[in-house]
Amino acid sequence: MSTASPIRRASLPEQLIIPLHQHIGENSEILVTKGERVLKGQPLTVAKAYVSAPIHAPSSGIVTDIAEYPAPHPSGLSTLCIVIKTDGENEWADLEPVSNYRDLSTAELRNIIRHAGIVGLGGAAFPTAVKLNPGPDHPIDTVIINAAECEPYISCDDMLMRERADEVISGIEIILHTLGAKKALIAIENNKPEAAEALQKSLGRTANENIHVVAIPTIYPTGGEKQLIKVLTNKEVPSDGLPIDIGIVVQNVGTTAAIHRAIHFGEPLISRIITVTGNGIKQPQNMDVLIGTSMAEVIQQCGGYTENAKQLIMGGPMMGFSMHTDHLPIIKGCNCLLVETTEQRQGMQTMPCIRCGECTRVCPANLLPQQLYWHASSRNFDQVQDYHLFDCIECGCCAHVCPSHIPLVQYYRFAKTEIWNQERDRKKSDHARVRHDFRQARLDREKRERDERLRKKKEMLEKKKQEESQASTAEIDPKKAAINAALERVKMKKASTTVTPKNTNNLTEEQQKKIDEVDKQRQASKTK
Amino acid sequence: MSILSAIITLSLIAGLFGLILGYASIKFHVEGDPVVDKIDAILPQTQCGQCSFPGCRPYAEAIASGEAPINQCPPGGEATMLALADLLGVEPIALSEEHADEPVKTVVTIDETTCIGCTLCIQACPVDAILGAAKQMHTIIESECTGCNLCIPPCPVDCIAIVPVKIEPDTWRWPLPEQAHTAPGA
Amino acid sequence: MQFKTTSSPHYTPENSVNTIMRRVLLAMIPGTLATIFFFGWGVIINMLLACVVALGTEALMLGMRNRAIKPYLLDGSAILTACLLALALPQLAPWWLTCIATVSAIIFGKHLYGGLGFNPFNPAMVGYVIAIISFPKEMTQWVPPLLEGYTHLNFLQTFQVIFGGQVPAGLSWDAITMATPLDTLKTQLGLELSINDIHQHEVYGPMFGAVGGIGWEWINGLFLAGGLWLAMKRVIDWRIPAGLLGTLFFLSNSFALYDYSSFTPPTFHMFSGGIMLAAFFIATDPVTAATTPRGRWIFGAGIGFFIFVIRTWGGYPDGIAFAVLLMNMTTPLLDYYTMPRAFGHHWREFPQHTKKHDDE
Repeated sequence: MSTASPIRRASLPEQLIIPLHQHIGENSEILVTKGERVLKGQPLTVAKAYVSAPIHAPSSGIVTDIAEYPAPHPSGLSTLCIVIKTDGENEWADLEPVSNYRDLSTAELRNIIRHAGIVGLGGAAFPTAVKLNPGPDHPIDTVIINAAECEPYISCDDMLMRERADEVISGIEIILHTLGAKKALIAIENNKPEAAEALQKSLGRTANENIHVVAIPTIYPTGGEKQLIKVLTNKEVPSDGLPIDIGIVVQNVGTTAAIHRAIHFGEPLISRIITVTGNGIKQPQNMDVLIGTSMAEVIQQCGGYTENAKQLIMGGPMMGFSMHTDHLPIIKGCNCLLVETTEQRQGMQTMPCIRCGECTRVCPANLLPQQLYWHASSRNFDQVQDYHLFDCIECGCCAHVCPSHIPLVQYYRFAKTEIWNQERDRKKSDHARVRHDFRQARLDREKRERDERLRKKKEMLEKKKQEESQASTAEIDPKKAAINAALERVKMKKASTTVTPKNTNNLTEEQQKKIDEVDKQRQASKTK
Repeated sequence: MSILSAIITLSLIAGLFGLILGYASIKFHVEGDPVVDKIDAILPQTQCGQCSFPGCRPYAEAIASGEAPINQCPPGGEATMLALADLLGVEPIALSEEHADEPVKTVVTIDETTCIGCTLCIQACPVDAILGAAKQMHTIIESECTGCNLCIPPCPVDCIAIVPVKIEPDTWRWPLPEQAHTAPGA
Repeated sequence: MQFKTTSSPHYTPENSVNTIMRRVLLAMIPGTLATIFFFGWGVIINMLLACVVALGTEALMLGMRNRAIKPYLLDGSAILTACLLALALPQLAPWWLTCIATVSAIIFGKHLYGGLGFNPFNPAMVGYVIAIISFPKEMTQWVPPLLEGYTHLNFLQTFQVIFGGQVPAGLSWDAITMATPLDTLKTQLGLELSINDIHQHEVYGPMFGAVGGIGWEWINGLFLAGGLWLAMKRVIDWRIPAGLLGTLFFLSNSFALYDYSSFTPPTFHMFSGGIMLAAFFIATDPVTAATTPRGRWIFGAGIGFFIFVIRTWGGYPDGIAFAVLLMNMTTPLLDYYTMPRAFGHHWREFPQHTKKHDDE
């Protein structure tokens, strides 16, 4: 539907809203200030944590705001964003292309990729530099390049391979070099002959014998990482493990092209190809869009909405998230904007589960979706984990075939987020317990120490007293008088200071006034 | 004679089983968590004292010894009560009326322009989440605050306010889909 | 522009409960037509009566339970229950018997457990068992299947028998009803006759037909055809009928080989009574059957086993209803212990244990 016309470069928008958090992992730290002029490709943040990625200015302009804006997220909540008003000059910052990447160590290459802010462009947005660092314990045998479009409708990877096959191949070579892997398999669905041909041609030019193009059947959800590995190698990634545990790293084709640009041109990840499609779009096509461009603007450039457009989905029809508005920025992980004309499940009656087992038949993770649903709906969170909720990849197959039209995936997402929440609560309460116990111990220790001091002092005093009384009885009178005098003084002082507590000494007039006011209020409220 | 043999047989059997049981109790001895620890692990550790005990641990001890019912923890809400009922194998008890809803998580903030630096709140905080010194303005370390609100009563200038914890996209939870027709008897 | 949000997937599903029920009903048509052909008007009257009563009871129960009436009434499940029940009851069963069976099926078999999707037992079989236990005599009023020497009632006469309880003038109950081949075989085997003797018997012999009894073999054959179509359309899972028929065949064949004269031959087992209806339409009721692939094999095999046991040694000529209900009870257990190996897990993890998700 969207492969008829070539990839079109979207025109430069007036304003770019770049969310800080576009990846899996920790937030990065802001480097720029409001009012500052930034150049295209200039880092806006720096990634301090290991699993993190920086963001860059997609075009030159002025930073007009650093504040919370609605995020492209199913919750519709806001997140911290940097807003740039573009000046139309597209002035690049100084880039540092690598002339021959083979001269660099793998750590240096990873560092470049990390600082270029590259994350997985298939949708998950996991920082690529982390994925390229399996560690010495995990020798990587095979790199799988995921060229299987993750969902129907989406064609951005297809178009990328057709038009920029050389970039893809070059990126794969860099990945192979970085990981020290033996071979790379480009898994491409058999309904994309043009893309496969383009890759083959490009491969012919480079004559790299370690890279192979493999055709795989077009069955959803083969584009899923674990499913793809199974199809290609017949190996299963352990449930609690990662592909690196079986010597495999999977990268999306879009990511490989981004790596190529980062190494050979020094360009950070500031744009991506997205598919704009669906029956609600007038001219479905693939667009090369700057990160931070508003969805509304992209859709406008695709001819706008048709009259009966009803729903905007970020991602594909099976796993995408529906958005409540189109005034949201395009982020790194956004591979598709799908505008549907029918409102799904609207008017369609949800019936009780009749246990037909269709969901079990189609589940690519071999789970029992209907049991998961049952336990999730009754908030039985231990049981859902018994039934391997966290192996669910939310592909949506089960909900699609469900004759009772139960929104199964939402139940799983509900259960997952609830369990994560409980986990957070538990960690927090454990933390609070530790702090409380520590405080308790500290107070005890302080009390003990104070008691000890007092006891010692007392002993000392008594000793002194004894010594003194032994020494002379004649000196008693003047001593007594002195003590009495001191006591008198203390009494006097006490009488004059009882009213004001120590902590309200030396107040300015203003503060005193405030306190008086507050006191008055409290008095008033007490009498009420 | 037959009585004697019966007695002897029975005592032998009794002795044998006694030995087996004794052996089993050593062999399969379970070093179980003391129940107080398990209860304490369920409690939310706000240390707020709303249960009328001076902290979560004392309340856990009171529950374990049977002195306190399991429904006295407002911050934990129904979930905690149910978890306790499950752990102790007792019937769930309804929460007192105003705590029936899921508790909203809160933290406190100090209005730093009003604060006079009296340190009273610091002494009240059960988890050392307030930073400050005498005559210096204080501030709350939000990530450490448990929302117990114990710092509010001692404040002489009422500069501490309760605010709900902000929900981020990362901590947002999917709602449970509507089940108008599925749950029996709903 | 503002949009409405929903959870993925965003495709419109093709399937619905309605379609499933409609397809099952469609697949029952050939077998039902054969039943009507061989057993006469009583089948139609029973079916209509059962459907009306079932829908009425369903609507009443939904109303009492404050549920939306229309979508549930139209989902076809009540009709399906009624049809299965009507096919299982004898053709000349009095009207009140059909009503009692249907009402109990809908109320006790379905709504008391929470309605569609929540019932642990097959509603039609619950109704049938209540009827056969409470009214054993009326449950024998089967019509002879187009046999010579018996009178075949016309519509009006049938109507009179069912609603009036009156045998038409000049006829006796014995003339218009007859024991089923399964029943006959059981009785005569009990009287120490050999299978061969029974087949050669001048009174009972003719009813046995080629393999499963006159009429019965056709009915079962057509239900088999309908069932195969359902399995091909993936409306039902093929494992349950395969397990059921396979076990029944294996057991009956083994015993018949051991002693041909006193054990019923497998061909007769497979094509007599309601076996194909049970295998493809009753045991496959998704709500009450196991849901895992392995569980379905065991579920089907269990029903086959109990059918054989009850037919051979039990107190009832056909034990389908009891066999189905017995296996319905095991469903939760089967589902738990036959859980498929989830992707990325090991077989040795079974049965499942909670893996504690400690992140440390």
